[in-house]
Amino acid sequence: MDAYVRVRGLTKTFAVRRGLAQVMRGEHPVVHAVRSVDFDIAPGETVGLLGESGCGKTTTGRLLLKLLEPSAGSIAIGGRELAGLAGTELMAFRRDAQFVFQNPFDALNPRLSIANSLSEPLVNAGIPKAEHLDRMKVVLERVRIRGTDLLERYPHEMSGGQLQRIVLARALVLEPRFVVADEPVSMLDVSVRAGILNLMRELQDTLGLTAIYISHDLALVRYVARRTMVMYLGSLVEDGPTEDVIREPLHPYTRALIAAVPQPRVDQSRAPLPLRPGTADARKVGAGCAFVNRCPVAIAACTAERPPLIDLPGGRRVACHLVQAPRAAVAAEPVLS
Amino acid sequence: MTLLSVRNLAVDYATKGGTLHAVSRGTLEVGAGEVVGLVGESGCGKTTLARALTGVVPRNATFKGGEVVFEGKDLLAGPPAAWKDLLWRRISFVPQSSMNALDPVYRVGTQMEEVLRLRGGLGREAARNRTAELFGLVGLDAKRSVEYPHQFSGGMRQRAAIAMALALEPSLVIADEPVTALDVIVQRQVLDTLRDLQSRLGVSVLLVTHDISVVAYVCDRVVVMYAGEVVESGKVGDVLAAPRHPYTMGLTNAFPDLERAGGTLAPIMGAPPDLRSPPTGCRFAERCPFAVARCRSESPPLTVAADGHASACWRSDEAAALAETARDPATWTPTSASAA
Amino acid sequence: MVEVAAQPPVLSRKRKLPSLMRALRLPEKDPLALIGVTIYVVFLLVALFADFLAKDPLEILFLDDGNLAANLGPSLEFPLGTTNLGRDIFSQLVIGTRSAFMVGLTAALAVVALGTLVGLVSGYFGGLVDAALMRLADIALGIPFLPFVIVLAAFLGPQTQNVVIAITVLLWPNTARVIRSQVLTLRERGFVEAARVAGSSDWRIIRVHIAPNILPLSLLYGSIAIGWAILTEASVSFLGFGPSGSVSWGGMLQDAYASQALSRGSYNWFIPPGLCIVLVVVAGFFISRGYEEVLFPKLKD
Repeated sequence: MDAYVRVRGLTKTFAVRRGLAQVMRGEHPVVHAVRSVDFDIAPGETVGLLGESGCGKTTTGRLLLKLLEPSAGSIAIGGRELAGLAGTELMAFRRDAQFVFQNPFDALNPRLSIANSLSEPLVNAGIPKAEHLDRMKVVLERVRIRGTDLLERYPHEMSGGQLQRIVLARALVLEPRFVVADEPVSMLDVSVRAGILNLMRELQDTLGLTAIYISHDLALVRYVARRTMVMYLGSLVEDGPTEDVIREPLHPYTRALIAAVPQPRVDQSRAPLPLRPGTADARKVGAGCAFVNRCPVAIAACTAERPPLIDLPGGRRVACHLVQAPRAAVAAEPVLS
Repeated sequence: MTLLSVRNLAVDYATKGGTLHAVSRGTLEVGAGEVVGLVGESGCGKTTLARALTGVVPRNATFKGGEVVFEGKDLLAGPPAAWKDLLWRRISFVPQSSMNALDPVYRVGTQMEEVLRLRGGLGREAARNRTAELFGLVGLDAKRSVEYPHQFSGGMRQRAAIAMALALEPSLVIADEPVTALDVIVQRQVLDTLRDLQSRLGVSVLLVTHDISVVAYVCDRVVVMYAGEVVESGKVGDVLAAPRHPYTMGLTNAFPDLERAGGTLAPIMGAPPDLRSPPTGCRFAERCPFAVARCRSESPPLTVAADGHASACWRSDEAAALAETARDPATWTPTSASAA
Repeated sequence: MVEVAAQPPVLSRKRKLPSLMRALRLPEKDPLALIGVTIYVVFLLVALFADFLAKDPLEILFLDDGNLAANLGPSLEFPLGTTNLGRDIFSQLVIGTRSAFMVGLTAALAVVALGTLVGLVSGYFGGLVDAALMRLADIALGIPFLPFVIVLAAFLGPQTQNVVIAITVLLWPNTARVIRSQVLTLRERGFVEAARVAGSSDWRIIRVHIAPNILPLSLLYGSIAIGWAILTEASVSFLGFGPSGSVSWGGMLQDAYASQALSRGSYNWFIPPGLCIVLVVVAGFFISRGYEEVLFPKLKD
C-alpha cells in the first residue's frame, strides 16, 4: 500500500543570534531543528515520535501540519504536496489533517463557549449551520462526553480532562484522516491520563486514523503506538516496531533513554546510565554523529561522518556506524574513542 | 529514629470563594537518613503541606491545628521566629522550578555565597571555598559558579538548587517536584545525584512528586495524599505491591509500566471534591468502586498496622481482596463505579 | 422590562450603571472606575442637553439700567457670574462641555482605532510591514507634543478637527506598541494555532481570537486618550491657537487670563473651567485604573 505520509529530506533551520564577529564576517549561523528526516507512514498506522525537549519532534509535527514551512525537503500527505498548497487545496488539507494540543488549558479560546470552539472548523469548512449541532453531538459521543449541556460552558468552568476531550473533539469534528498529537496528556493528572490514552487508542481503531503521537515518555508511546521513531538533536536515529525498539534498542541513545525511564516498581535497575558526561546542544553538532559527545561506544568514524539511517530486517532503521545491514552486534564490545 | 513527625496538620487558605481546606490531615514521619516520597495529584495539598513544613506560608494561609515535631521540638507550638531560624540551617527547600530559587541577575556562585555568609555566618573566603566544594558535590564544574542562571541548563540549575539546599548541612531537605520539568535522562541523573548525596551525607529528604515511578526509584517510604488528607503511607515496596487504600490502587493502575507487557490502563473516573466544602464521609468515596454506605457518612481515620503500613479506609481488612479486584480495569469503568 | 420602565427614573438609573460598567468591560464594583464613569455620564448629559441649560454664551448682556453686565459675581440670574465683556460664564461652561467632548471623544476614538489597527496588523503579520509601521511609530513618538499641535493649528488653521488630527497623529504609537506586544503573545497561544489548524483565515483569527482579547487594552488607552485630548485642546486654546468663534474651557481660561481676572480675584471665572478640565482628566485616569485591574489583576496587592 502507498504511504499516507511521505517525508523526504525534511529540514528546518532557525537563525541564531549573531555575535559581532559573525556580523562582521557576514555569516548567518543557523541551528538545525530538523535535519534531513525521511519517513513514510502507512494509512491507518500510528507512529510514536520520541525524544527529549529540543530534539525537533514538535517542530516536525508543526511542519507536517503546515504550521511551519520547511527550509528544505518535501512532505506529502494523502497524496498532496504541502509546499505551495493554497486556497481550496489548503482548505481541503486542513479538513484532513488535525492537531491535538499539549496544553488543554491554552488550546481553547477562553472567551468562546465550547460550542463556538467546536463549531469553528465547521464554519471554516463551509458546513451549513443546521448541521453543526448534530455533528457536535456525534463527536462528543465519540470522546465520551454525555449530553450537550457542556456546549454552553466556557473553558474555565471545566477540568483538564474534560478540556482535553473537547480539544480531541474539535480535532475530530471534520472527520480528519490524519492527526498529530503533541504530548496530549503531559499536562494532565495521572488518574485522568489513562482515560485520554484509552480514548486515543480506541479512536485510532474505530476511525482508522493515521496518527503521529509526539512524546518524551516511552511508556506512553508504547501504550498508543505500535511503531516508534526516536529523534535526537533534529535527526532520526532509530525507527521500528515499538516492542522491538524497547526490547532490543540498536542506537546507543535509545539504549540510554530506555535505561533512564523510572519504573513504578521497587525492583528496578539503578545501574549508571550508559552515557558519557556531556550535554545535548544543537549548536555544537559537527560533521559527525550528533550523539558522539555522549556516546559510550563511539569510534573515530563517528566524529568524522554522520551515520546514514540504514534499513534493517524486521522494518527497523537505525543511524549508527556500529550497526551494519545486515545487523551486527553492537553493545557486545564498547569501543571508546 | 524519627527526625520529623507531623500529626494532623491542617492548613486553610482564605480565597474569594470561601475558606479552602487545602490540608486537613497532614500526618507523616520522616526518619533520620530516610527518603520519603509525598505523592498525590495536583490540588491534593502535597505542595501546601511540604511548604508549610518550612514554616513559611503564603499570606492568605493559616495553620489550623496539628503538630510539627522536628528534632524533638513542636515547631507549631513555639514562636514563629524560632521556626524561621531553622530554615536553611536545619530544614532547606528545593523548589519545583529552580529558576525561582535562583535570582536571574546574580551569578549562581554569588547567590550561594550569600546564603553561606548570611545564614551560615561564614567569612568571604570560607564561603567561596565551600561554594566550590558544593559545586563539586552535585557534579557541577566549580569554574561555572561565575555564570548566571540563564547560562545553566535545566538540569544544572536543579543541581545548583540542590547544592544550595545542602550548603549549611541541614538534616532535612524538602524538595518540591525537583525533577518534574526535566527530560528523562537528566531527571535520572539528578535523582542519582540526590540519592548518592543523601546516602553520603545522611540527610533526610521529603520528596514531593506526582510520579509514582520517581518514588519507586529513589524513596524508602511513601505518603499518599488525596483531597487534603494523607490516605496511606508505608514502605514503598509494601504500598506499591499491596496498596491498602483504593485511591492508591487506582493510581498504580493508571501508570504505564515499561517492562510489564501490554495491559490496559484504567483511569479513576470523576474528579476530587471541592475543598471549600469537603464531604463529611471519606473524600474518595464518590470515585471509589468499593464504597459502602458507611464511607459516605463517616470519615475513616488513618490507622497504622503492626508493620507500619498506615491507611484510611473502612474496608482495609479486605485490602488484599480489593487490590486483586482493582487490578481488573473493568472495576474502574463508569458502569461499575458507584458514581460517574 | 415592563416593571423596570414602570419604576421611577432614579431607580432605573441605579440599575443601568452596573450594566454600563459591564458593557465597558469594567469591574462593576471598582469604586474609582464607578466615579469616573459617573463623571463622564454627567458631563455627557450636560453636553447633550446644553441648549436647554444654557443661553447663547457669546451674547453680550446688559443690566436693566442699560449698563454692560460685566464682572458680576454669582447670582440667581448668572449662576457663575459674567465675564468682563458681559457674557454668562455658566453658559460658556456648559457649551464648553460640548467642544471638550467633541475633541476628547473623537480624538480618543481616532487614536484607539488607528493604534489598534496598526498594533494588530504589525503584531500579527510581523516582517516588513511590522518593521515599517514600528519605525513610523518611533518617528511619531519623537515629535514634541505641544509645539507640533501649535504649528499644525497655525498652518492648517485653528479648527477643531485639526486639533483632533494633531492629537491622533501623535498619540497612536503608544496604543499601537502596547497592542502589538499583546498580539505577539496572543499569536503564540495554543488556541490561535488551533484556529489555524481548524482552517481559520487570518482575518477570522484576528477578529474572533485576537481582537476580543485586546479590547480592554484598547479601552484603557482610549480612556487615557480622552483626558489627554481634552487637556491638549485646553492648552492650545489657552495659548490662543484654539478654534476661533467657539467656546471651550481652555478658551475661557485664556480670556480670564488675558483680562487679568486672576489679579482681580474673579475666582468664579477661572476656577469652574479649570475644575472641569481636572474632573474630566481625573475621571479618565480612574477609568484607566479600572481597566488596569482587568488586565493586570496582580497590581492589586
